[in-house]
Amino acid sequence: MNLPVWIEWTAAGLVVIGAFFLLVAAIGLVRLPDFFMRLHAPTKASTLGVGGILLASMLLASAQGRPGVAELLISLFVFVTAPVSANLLAQAALHLRVRSQAPVHKDMDLS
Amino acid sequence: MNAPVLMWALNLASVAVAVAMVLCAWRLWLGPETTDRILALDTLYINMVALVVLLGLRWNTAMLFEVALLVSMLGFVGTVGLARYLTRGDVVE
Repeated sequence: MNLPVWIEWTAAGLVVIGAFFLLVAAIGLVRLPDFFMRLHAPTKASTLGVGGILLASMLLASAQGRPGVAELLISLFVFVTAPVSANLLAQAALHLRVRSQAPVHKDMDLS
Repeated sequence: MNAPVLMWALNLASVAVAVAMVLCAWRLWLGPETTDRILALDTLYINMVALVVLLGLRWNTAMLFEVALLVSMLGFVGTVGLARYLTRGDVVE
């Protein structure tokens, strides 16, 4: 197949950016000290990483004359479900009283 | 066959996603809390979706996107089920 050069370079850049954000999310998941901080790292960057890779896939598909409906569906599903699962995990952590290292205001101290 | 630039980017991205999956597995092994382990599993599923899409780009086939959609759905259902089990004590009332 012979694609235009700028499409190949743009798709390559989007793929590399997406993979970079996935790697940043995993590093944050390993290195952050607290569960609630760790909850913050992958739920944002993973959607950005998967979004970049799916954007590159959509660009290549439309350059080859194939409508990228499946990619659009995947990115919509990931974007919708990532905040929901993060919210449910935060609720579960609050219910289990997972320790937090955040400073607590004296009026908010429930213990 | 893809262009050299695209092939190089796909190789680099595959290695990066593989390293990210190893780091998630490390958190899954380590995680002091149960919610940490569920979060690591959720991130592993998202990395899996990215890896399947990268393989679909590499082999230039449209067949793997349904696989990626199924993986993302299963990951979401698994995460919601585990979180609800931790919160309520049962999944379906």
